[in-house]
Amino acid sequence: MTAIELSNVTKIYRKYSGRQFATLKSALLQRSILSELSPTETFPALRDVSFTIARGRTCGVIGRNGSGKSTALKLVAGITKPTSGSVTVNGRISALIELGAGFHPEISGRENVFINGIMLGLSRREIERRFDEIVEFAELRDFIEAPVKTYSSGMYMRLGFAVAIHVDPDVLLVDEVLAVGDEGFTHKCLDKFAEFRRIGKTILLVTHSLGLVERFCDEAIWLDEGRMRTQGDPKRVVDAYLAAVEKSEDALLATTTAKAVAAVAPAPAEPPTAMPDHSELKNLFQAVEGRWGSREIEITRVTLSGGDGDSFIFHTGEAMRVTMTVLAHAPATDFVFGVSFFNADGVCCYGTNTYIEQMDPLQLEGEVEVTFDIDSLDLVEGTYKLDVAVHTCDGYPYDYHRLLYTFRMKSRTPDVGIYRPKHHWSFSPGIRFKETH
Amino acid sequence: MLANLSQLIRYRGLIYSLVARELKARYRGSVLGFLWSFINPLLLLAIYSFIFTTIMPNRAEGLQPYAVFMLCGILPWNWFSTSLNEAAGSLIAGGNLIKKVLFPAEVLPIVTVLANMVHFFLALPIVLLVLLVYRHWPDPAGLVWFPVVVAVQLVFTTALALGLAALTVHFRDIRDILTNVLMLWFFTTPIIYFYNQKEVQPFKWLFNLNPFTHLAISYQEILFFNGPFGHWKWLLTIGAVSLVLFAAGYWLFDRLRDSFAEVV
Repeated sequence: MTAIELSNVTKIYRKYSGRQFATLKSALLQRSILSELSPTETFPALRDVSFTIARGRTCGVIGRNGSGKSTALKLVAGITKPTSGSVTVNGRISALIELGAGFHPEISGRENVFINGIMLGLSRREIERRFDEIVEFAELRDFIEAPVKTYSSGMYMRLGFAVAIHVDPDVLLVDEVLAVGDEGFTHKCLDKFAEFRRIGKTILLVTHSLGLVERFCDEAIWLDEGRMRTQGDPKRVVDAYLAAVEKSEDALLATTTAKAVAAVAPAPAEPPTAMPDHSELKNLFQAVEGRWGSREIEITRVTLSGGDGDSFIFHTGEAMRVTMTVLAHAPATDFVFGVSFFNADGVCCYGTNTYIEQMDPLQLEGEVEVTFDIDSLDLVEGTYKLDVAVHTCDGYPYDYHRLLYTFRMKSRTPDVGIYRPKHHWSFSPGIRFKETH
Repeated sequence: MLANLSQLIRYRGLIYSLVARELKARYRGSVLGFLWSFINPLLLLAIYSFIFTTIMPNRAEGLQPYAVFMLCGILPWNWFSTSLNEAAGSLIAGGNLIKKVLFPAEVLPIVTVLANMVHFFLALPIVLLVLLVYRHWPDPAGLVWFPVVVAVQLVFTTALALGLAALTVHFRDIRDILTNVLMLWFFTTPIIYFYNQKEVQPFKWLFNLNPFTHLAISYQEILFFNGPFGHWKWLLTIGAVSLVLFAAGYWLFDRLRDSFAEVV
């Protein structure tokens, strides 16, 4: 039995341009009331989306901001109508889109529960029967007679949630409401959802918490720019989504880097007033992007690559290779190659060069390639920048690229700090953990 | 249309609760609370009586006591104008409900009209009090018509409220225009002067076009003048016109309904 069915649903929103900011005067002056009411510019929030969700299933909707998730939920809730296509829902709906949306600040929690309940389609008697349960769930026993304007935002939200969840819907629509509220209440909500699942209710959940989708949902739907990408096993959909996000992030970092390099490339090859020397690592704390040097020896190209080719995204523990293409305009005998990494706070995470590592320069001529290999890049998640340089042993810069290259570390473990040492935990037999899947 | 009307009946529980909430919330936190529903018209009466019996007295024959005469028109007018002013902004104020909850939007303007009707009813004892003080008794036979006038005004006001609320979502200017239009409307309606006054006569046809003229005259005839209620033909005409207006207002509201959640 189908609980929710969308077939070929398209939703087009109107965009009113600033000039035509819907004023009666301008409409009257231009005799264009009708044309002004008709869309001038449109924005498709959903394009030809079709999916069905069987009764009793819990389905997560994921996708980037602006991908149409909330629009889809509003269509299912019946708050907005599709521009074309049809939406069918079997059973009573409760939409947790904005909690406490109908609360009036001046009147008491008790009165608000009644009015909110009636708005959500309960009868007065039904609310009376569930009233204690609602208050109990919201943990507001002591405050239920106080006007809602005195509530904290958490209390407000809890009450809104409690009312909506006690509407006893067949189909529950949830839009990112778990993001608010403290840990304890979030668990309580999840328990309530789990209870709903057990008794065979249908849940449609819009969320950015991919972990929740993987753990909690029977299936997932991935929307991308208003189109449906895929529907199916949550693990598979989430992985596909993450891969796509990584790819677009990669493209974004590539353009960031290309822009940074392009911006400094034609700059005059003047050395900075303070010449970086062996104390360069100290100076780098105030580092700003830039490129300088005499360019007698020039770094013409820098690429980052990981296990699977050129990339700007690395996973903690992966290998990284930095490749510099270097062009010596004249043969040189005094040269040092250097590499260092900075995190987003500008902290130098690691820096080294061939001079520190006691490689004595002998000869450099023509176009050459320098490769710096890291077997295991053990940085925690975050955005990092890369310096590369070629200079003389006493610090006279040939070509210095500061913070021009950006890459991002990804990790499934949200550990903190800068560096993740290789590690493992061991426990004596008295300690046991739950099996994780 | 008929389906919508039956929906409205289905929402009566919601409308009832929202009107009750509106009334409760209105005076919540004020020291005098509900007493304001009595004090406001009393103060209004005091101001108007001072001006029209002392500063620029109207000594027209048959309109004495003048304060009572004015009160009969001003109270319904207040219901009417406050309702429209509030209804025009009601969808915008209730935007949260329209955007986030599956909520029948027409309930919002209707609630403002009904809440103000309750205020009107609460002010009626003032009329009674004033009548007692002046020992001025209305004709009991005419009083039968009172519910009819109220019903006609209710339909008329709701019709305009629905249309205005829907249009104001698209044209916010209406709220400002409305304030001025209502001011003009007040002074062009025989409320603080009398319809049969000789200065009104050349423009009588124009006054007759104004529906509120007939509502005001009806109230005055029922509550103030002794004698049979002679304006009933006009009243029933306005009643019929109001029903047509209501259908039009509801139609307009329904046409624009789908745009509310997007534009509000």
